[in-house]
Amino acid sequence: MSSPHQIQLTVNGKTQQLSVRPWVSLLDALRHHLHLHGTKKGCDHGQCGACTVICDGERVLSCLNLAVMKDGSEITTIEGLGQPGNLHPLQEAFLEHDAYQCGYCTPGQICSGVALIEEGHATTREEVKELMSGNLCRCGANTNIIDAIMAVKDGAHE
Amino acid sequence: MNNFHYERVTDVDTAVAAATGAGNSYLGGGTNLIDLWKYDLAHPEKLVDLNGIDELKEVTELPDGGLRLGALVTNNKTAYHPTVQERYPLLSRTILAGATPQIRNAATNGGNLLQRTRCYYFYDAASPCNKRVPGSGCPAREGHNRLHAILGHSEACIATMPSDMCVALAALEATVRVRGPQGERHIPFADFHRLPGEKPELDNTLGEDELILSIDLPARGFADHHTYLKLRDRHSYAFAVVSVALGYELDGEGKITTARIALGGVAHKPWRVPAAEELLVGQAPSEDQFARAADALLEGASGFKHNTFKIDLAHRAIIRAGAMAHDPSCQRPGAKPSL
Ligand SMILES: Cc1cc2nc3c(=O)[nH]c(=O)nc-3n(C[C@H](O)[C@H](O)[C@H](O)COP(=O)(O)OP(=O)(O)OC[C@H]3O[C@@H](n4cnc5c(N)ncnc54)[C@H](O)[C@@H]3O)c2cc1C
Repeated sequence: MSSPHQIQLTVNGKTQQLSVRPWVSLLDALRHHLHLHGTKKGCDHGQCGACTVICDGERVLSCLNLAVMKDGSEITTIEGLGQPGNLHPLQEAFLEHDAYQCGYCTPGQICSGVALIEEGHATTREEVKELMSGNLCRCGANTNIIDAIMAVKDGAHE
Repeated sequence: MNNFHYERVTDVDTAVAAATGAGNSYLGGGTNLIDLWKYDLAHPEKLVDLNGIDELKEVTELPDGGLRLGALVTNNKTAYHPTVQERYPLLSRTILAGATPQIRNAATNGGNLLQRTRCYYFYDAASPCNKRVPGSGCPAREGHNRLHAILGHSEACIATMPSDMCVALAALEATVRVRGPQGERHIPFADFHRLPGEKPELDNTLGEDELILSIDLPARGFADHHTYLKLRDRHSYAFAVVSVALGYELDGEGKITTARIALGGVAHKPWRVPAAEELLVGQAPSEDQFARAADALLEGASGFKHNTFKIDLAHRAIIRAGAMAHDPSCQRPGAKPSL
């Protein structure tokens, strides 16, 4: 059995040392080692987007990344975007636009949406839909999710 | 799912030395390899993580006017690179038609070339599959074969190569630069992937421990007239049922001087027939001319129970791609294929 690797992750601004085996996914490191349960495990195969986090400024799937691959990285999860009383504008917009039902995909949707706005590649609603296609919502809140992202992107929420 | 060792390397020589040995695998973005490991289909002893090799993370100009895409540059960084967007918009659009932003942010150019087929039976460890277990059989021939090959398939295997990016790279006539224990060599894109024949376990002609260093694009990028038309079972985020990467250049009289057509979703490799492209030379682009080229490209095609429709679909897709290529400005990423 391979010995654990000592890695450092800066998660939501806090630098932490972790001891992980090579096969531990970034998702499991966040949930089981750091007890950040906001990031969700959906399919665990890169298909649903529920595990999306922002790593060194880019949205990635934490289920298909090994934690060891991200040694030294800065990661933002849903917990780091905002907290009750001090929500991120996109979290506010999700509330306002009723952009979820069961809520399971929501942390991934919001991390993905925040990164999408930051990337600046999407202008039209059609483009936002295309660039959000990696986050599936099985309740069917997609229309409202896109509404929320469009509202923040177009500056309705500051 | 087996346990494995992990090593992060920072230069090419160390990478090749570290990967030498049975069961060792290079690790790019991991979006295919880690997924296959989770399905218990890949069983690496050791992963050699290439993401620390800075020299493979660059996009650089080549003296012949071409562009070198480092093997460790991500698919998204490649697609949005200003030079790629300006001179090779066909490549940019093709990459953006595949997977999702999150996957493209991790997926590397080298890994994209080596992604395995999406054949359902290959992915199902309980099924026989000649690609996974040589000699065990091919249930796809009689089973679900919608995503499967209509060209170049063999008795042993009817799987398709799933990459979008590779279809554009075939049309652009890229070269794959690789390094192995025996040194460096350059593989023309047409020779990189192979037809299944009697050895479907081999997807490509890369040697055992060879490392992809870069994908080199020639100067010609078909920036004025090109398209990537991807037809799939839903509008976004699905593998191609049929796709067409098409580019051409015109002379002053509006006649085609060079044309390239590569098909995805139809064979074990991107499908090109240079003789079909030759038919277009000297002609003004028109529905009839692209139909003739399509006839030649699809010569000998034969389907199975659930995919014979792809022969007609590919024929029409080529004609349509020919029309779309005339004015690439109407092809935003995410735009509906209807113009
Ligand atoms: C849900 C989902 C949807 C997808 N949809 C699409 C789609 O629509 N279109 C599409 O084209 N693709 C799609 N993909 C596939 C995706 O593009 C590939 O998984 C990705 O390009 C692989 O790149 P990687 O760097 O992650 O490869 P890895 O998983 O790291 O590696 C893949 C293989 O390449 C080897 N390797 C990696 N780099 C090198 C190198 N430099 N030299 C030698 N060997 C190397 C590895 O050992 C491994 O065998 C999808 C993937 C997922 C998970």
